[in-house]
Amino acid sequence: MTSSARKEMFFHGEGITLRFGGITALHDVAFTVRRRGLQAIIGPNGAGKTSLFNVITGFYRMEDGEIFLEGKRISGLPPHAVARAGIVRTFQNLEIFSNMTVLENALTGGHMLGKYGPLDFFLRTPRFFREERQMRDRAGAALDFVGLFAQRDLPAGHLPFGSQRLLEIARALCAEPGILLLDEPAAGLNIKESAALGELIRRIVDRGVTVVMVEHDMDLVMRVSDRVLVLNYGEVIASGTPAEVQRDAAVIAAYLGEE
Amino acid sequence: MASASQLLQYVISGVTVGSTYGLTALGFTMIFNTTEIINFAQGEFVMLGGMLAVFAIRWGGVPLPAAVALSVLLATAIGVVIDRLTIRPVRGRSVIALIIITIGVSILLRGGAMLLFGKDTYSLQAFSGGAPILIGGAALLPQSLWVVGITLFTLLGMKFFFDRTISGKAMLACSCDRKAASLMGINVEAMVTLSFAFSALVGSLGGVILAPITLTSFDVGILLGLKGFAACILGGMGNPFGAVAGGVLIGVLESLGAGLLSSGYKDAVAFVILLALLFVRPTGLFGKRMTERV
Amino acid sequence: MSFLQKNAHLGGLLALAVSVLLAPRFLPNEYYLTILIVGGFHVLLTVGLNLLMGFTGQISLGHAAFYGLSAYTTGILTATFHWPVPAGFAAAVGLVVVVAWLIGIPTLKLKGHYLAMGTLGFGVIVFIVFNEATDLTGGPSGFTGIPKLSAAGLVVSSDRQFYYVVWGVVLLLFALAQNLVRSRVGRALRGIHTSEAAAAVLGVDVAKYKVFVFVLSAFYAAIAGALYAHYVTFISPGTFSFHTSVQLVTMVVLGGMASLWGAVAGALFLTVLPEALRAIESYDILMYGGILVLCMIFLPGGLAEGFRKSAEAVRGLFVPKSPSEGGKARSPR
Repeated sequence: MTSSARKEMFFHGEGITLRFGGITALHDVAFTVRRRGLQAIIGPNGAGKTSLFNVITGFYRMEDGEIFLEGKRISGLPPHAVARAGIVRTFQNLEIFSNMTVLENALTGGHMLGKYGPLDFFLRTPRFFREERQMRDRAGAALDFVGLFAQRDLPAGHLPFGSQRLLEIARALCAEPGILLLDEPAAGLNIKESAALGELIRRIVDRGVTVVMVEHDMDLVMRVSDRVLVLNYGEVIASGTPAEVQRDAAVIAAYLGEE
Repeated sequence: MASASQLLQYVISGVTVGSTYGLTALGFTMIFNTTEIINFAQGEFVMLGGMLAVFAIRWGGVPLPAAVALSVLLATAIGVVIDRLTIRPVRGRSVIALIIITIGVSILLRGGAMLLFGKDTYSLQAFSGGAPILIGGAALLPQSLWVVGITLFTLLGMKFFFDRTISGKAMLACSCDRKAASLMGINVEAMVTLSFAFSALVGSLGGVILAPITLTSFDVGILLGLKGFAACILGGMGNPFGAVAGGVLIGVLESLGAGLLSSGYKDAVAFVILLALLFVRPTGLFGKRMTERV
Repeated sequence: MSFLQKNAHLGGLLALAVSVLLAPRFLPNEYYLTILIVGGFHVLLTVGLNLLMGFTGQISLGHAAFYGLSAYTTGILTATFHWPVPAGFAAAVGLVVVVAWLIGIPTLKLKGHYLAMGTLGFGVIVFIVFNEATDLTGGPSGFTGIPKLSAAGLVVSSDRQFYYVVWGVVLLLFALAQNLVRSRVGRALRGIHTSEAAAAVLGVDVAKYKVFVFVLSAFYAAIAGALYAHYVTFISPGTFSFHTSVQLVTMVVLGGMASLWGAVAGALFLTVLPEALRAIESYDILMYGGILVLCMIFLPGGLAEGFRKSAEAVRGLFVPKSPSEGGKARSPR
């Protein structure tokens, strides 16, 4: 594949294989994500969905495969470098900073956008104050976007579970990602919260962020996604629009078991 | 160049001291296998073994075998008390919290020993006479045979316990997954207390059998604990055989280093080994490689 | 946040500066000045260690090694090799920074107990070297003849002068630490404490930051060590043992781990207390153990948490609780 063809494809991976000792978590997985859309990754438990995220974001090293973002290879980069390339993720088991306030969590999200260095913060230069104010504004806007602005001075650990999920999303948005990876964002949410989440995610996509979402909540997935990728036992078994995937025999078999 | 008999001498004393490192390491392993806690106070159990025996004789006038038994029993009881009073309240807290608590406990034990027994060094009577046996030009103290023998016996006993008995398996289950273990009906708290009791028993046993050879005082615990930990890492954290093997290996290397190179830096040998291991191969010689999952 | 809240830390700094300025007038005699000077060294050590332990969530059980390495280096360079004091001072701090960086890179890859043991082992090795490298360090009997602090012909000869020098340095380095905490780097460090994974996906190079704060805490210890050497003019290995490293950890824990003011409180408290309890000097070893255990069980946030809780309790007496908590702020629309 030529590099210009790769660039066209925005964000894609091919041949991804991941093994843990004797277990093959991912086998020859390929995916393509188009700009500005919502791609969902679904599959039964243990299908390898979170492993795929971990491979993309550099937490696991894959045995084989490549991942490209706008033509640049990002496979093999450590997590902070993947983030700086523009891919930010949230976590299945919440990883909010419970030792900080809601606002501080969001501020930390904007960390890599700040350019000031030790000289600036030790000596409190004008640049420091200017950038801090910008970060503060961005953080406030992100919290407002998810509806948490009023709680900004609360300790993050005191928020109810659903709000903590929203906080993690707001924090990720502060990093101004090109691609936002959401790992089971609806896990543990009730029906009303899920619906609100779906709406929120679509609003994120409308702002120009490409979202890739691992999810179990079929209602949510089918309602809001543009494209769906289905994994089973570490392999891709289907890919297409929600309607196409819903009708796919292999997908039905994977979820319901063979007849 | 050292002669063969000198080398043999170094090895003999190295194996002897190393066995105590190994028993200390066994104590670490027991608690770690049940709770994933590294008990910084482990070295103090070893110290208590020797000191309590010495003073049981001095103050109580009891004969040697009774003193040995008494000191081990007392140390075990202290281990249980420590678990109940200081470890249980902070179960589930962060690693730093646990580290700090066990350091605090070790200081309390050491301070208590200093206040009760004073700062002097004491010796304990050898178990079966002090006349050395000559082997190949090197002197082998009968006490050394006691040390090695009891160490091997303890090791086999532990292996039997973990492999064959229900309680032993229960203890291992606790370290793998505490919640699952308790759902299986295992009384996790009791298992933890048991692990502290065992580790105090094993540690104090190591202290009391070595005291006739190397003398004992209130502050021998720090270095012994650290070297015991180094032995654990060397043998693979959580592996009882590795712990003892690691201890003996460190003892021998230390002894050779002191004899052939410089006796002042003897204590540094174990720590250089420890750092080298931590940096290069933290899973030790016999441990399994671990992967971290997010 | 109100103007008062946002600048409370500056007010605190000012209050500290004023206290430092006025304190000597209220002291009954010069001996107390010595205690405050040593307290200043401890504050430097504890603030640095708190940045590492309290904020970033790492642990160092060998910090006395950096303290001693700096003291011995400047002592040896200025007394044995007749370097001018500023050069010796700078070289000592520089050496400690380099050593901390070299040791830090592999050590900070370790976690939890392994990190604790690694730093402990390092501390013990350095201590053994102090004792054994007799030609250089004078061995267990110590090293003497270190010149007093001086620069460009000005000698700090009296205790009172030294007191102002030390506390001037303390105020400066404390302000720098505050500025670090209240910056994006400070937030990143605190993030690392709770979740290294989350910090990493936000672009934080976790390994680099951990080494950075480790080296920074060693820098603080080095400044304290060099000042110490040129104050006491005689140093011995006993001051830089594992016991001292534990004392420093105790100061951090007692003061409150993620609190710079706590570090000051903890350091001063545990400097003054042994003096006040001279009568029961032999019990001080028990005191440290007791503080560590009791603190972690009953007051894990240390004096800082205790103070904060008391302040909240007092405030609660005066301010009635409103029926709806925290929903009044207006969002920017």
